[in-house]
Amino acid sequence: MNLHRRDFLRATAATAAALALPRIASARARPHVVVVGGGFGGATTAKYLRMWSEGAVDVSLIERETAFVSCPMSNLVIGGLKTMADITLDYERLRSNWGVRVITDEAIGVEPGRRSVRTARHGEIAGDRLVLAPGVAFESARIEGLAGNEERIPHAWKAGPQTAILRAQLEAMPDGGVFAMTIPRAPYRCPPGPYERACVVAHYLRTAKPRSKLLVLDANEGIIAKKALFERAFARYGTMIEYRPNSTLLAVDAATREAEFEFERVRADVLNVIPPMRAGELATRSGLALVNDAWAEVDWLAFGARGMPGVHVIGDAVFPAPGMPKSGHMANQHAKVVAAAILNDLAGLPPNPTPVVMNTCYSFVDDRAAMHVASVHQYDAAKAQLLPVPGAGGLSEEASVAEGRSALKWAYHIWADTLE
Amino acid sequence: MKKRLLASAFVLAGAVAPAQAADPHLARNLAATCANCHGTGGRSVYEPLVGRPREKLLSMLADFRSGEHEATIMHQIVRGYTDEQLELIATWFSEQR
Repeated sequence: MNLHRRDFLRATAATAAALALPRIASARARPHVVVVGGGFGGATTAKYLRMWSEGAVDVSLIERETAFVSCPMSNLVIGGLKTMADITLDYERLRSNWGVRVITDEAIGVEPGRRSVRTARHGEIAGDRLVLAPGVAFESARIEGLAGNEERIPHAWKAGPQTAILRAQLEAMPDGGVFAMTIPRAPYRCPPGPYERACVVAHYLRTAKPRSKLLVLDANEGIIAKKALFERAFARYGTMIEYRPNSTLLAVDAATREAEFEFERVRADVLNVIPPMRAGELATRSGLALVNDAWAEVDWLAFGARGMPGVHVIGDAVFPAPGMPKSGHMANQHAKVVAAAILNDLAGLPPNPTPVVMNTCYSFVDDRAAMHVASVHQYDAAKAQLLPVPGAGGLSEEASVAEGRSALKWAYHIWADTLE
Repeated sequence: MKKRLLASAFVLAGAVAPAQAADPHLARNLAATCANCHGTGGRSVYEPLVGRPREKLLSMLADFRSGEHEATIMHQIVRGYTDEQLELIATWFSEQR
């Protein structure tokens, strides 16, 4: 037993009586944390709880899919530069390396009073603490004609079958065709992602179907991430990419692949609609406090759900602090803050009063060159928020092949840090 | 009145004091923010930090901060941490095996 484990156990024993929440569910000898959602946030939480407690805390991870398909790098699959196999990982090493109990099931809802999760096939799974990492839900119903037609008009904004569908449609598109993509108003998952997609699709078209056109219809007033860098990247594709800001999508016609905006109607051969988003369905079904009826409200020291002691929410589902992007990297960083806070709490300690998170998002602009945006966020006690450090972080000066290599290394590392 | 003020002051001090004490796992938590690019526990095969001498890590970080060590991204990230935090991080990695 090493020092950390001894400290953990000693602190646990010494302070059990002082806790407002029961330290251990009555039937179990050891603390049990239930994590819902096996994306970057949930999977990292499960691993770090096991790693940092040296196995002293039991962890169940409930995830509906058997495979992890990475959103980061999925644009490269759409552009024909990577395969689905390249971005598909599994949960085996969370089991074998860390002893996480991975349960393949759908979480139906949460009983916050009992800190339990109702599942489709495993009944009710109770823990001493709950961590919800439900990601985002797509609000297809807000666009007339879209709901139920997502195979004909894919979003490909949750990597998986949707990614393969969009790639197949792009491959089947005739030379001289129109690929139209729509971007919702911020906040949405992965702010630079749509613009990266435009670049790698344009790269593919220039190579394989040079007479084609790429329309980027953005509900925002302009490019919302790495603006100057993406403007330069778009310019390299000449007239192939046409970018139109202030274009809010109102309706689609799945039969004709027409998209209707306030002032125009667009007909496309491939129509890629990225719908508006909100916190994943579980957030709504669990009765979490939502900001703007969309995103979960949390405190920034422990990611505790407002009004639900012992229940935490992390990742894209959270109403973001100022300047905090919804990204896999950020979700992985949330996970480490919440894992540390839960282990402190189980040991009768307050959460770390000075948490730090940081973010890096790489975007490819063609088959080899990429560029980044980075930020570091420190806890501001007066404002009770995690805020970007002024003068830190920043952008690439320009996209480069060197950063393209960095981007691939980043993916390799974050996948391992999350799942291995 | 005076008594009540004193009592509130006591309660306030009691509430604030634990929040100001450093977390026992502060160094571990800070070092974990590096894992996304340097591997869990700094055990990357490309950019390992595990077991590297504290002074070497600190001088590299200082060179990133000053711009002496040219970088694509580290010069921007290092500026987000205080000197005290960088020392905790460097010490933690140097002590890992």
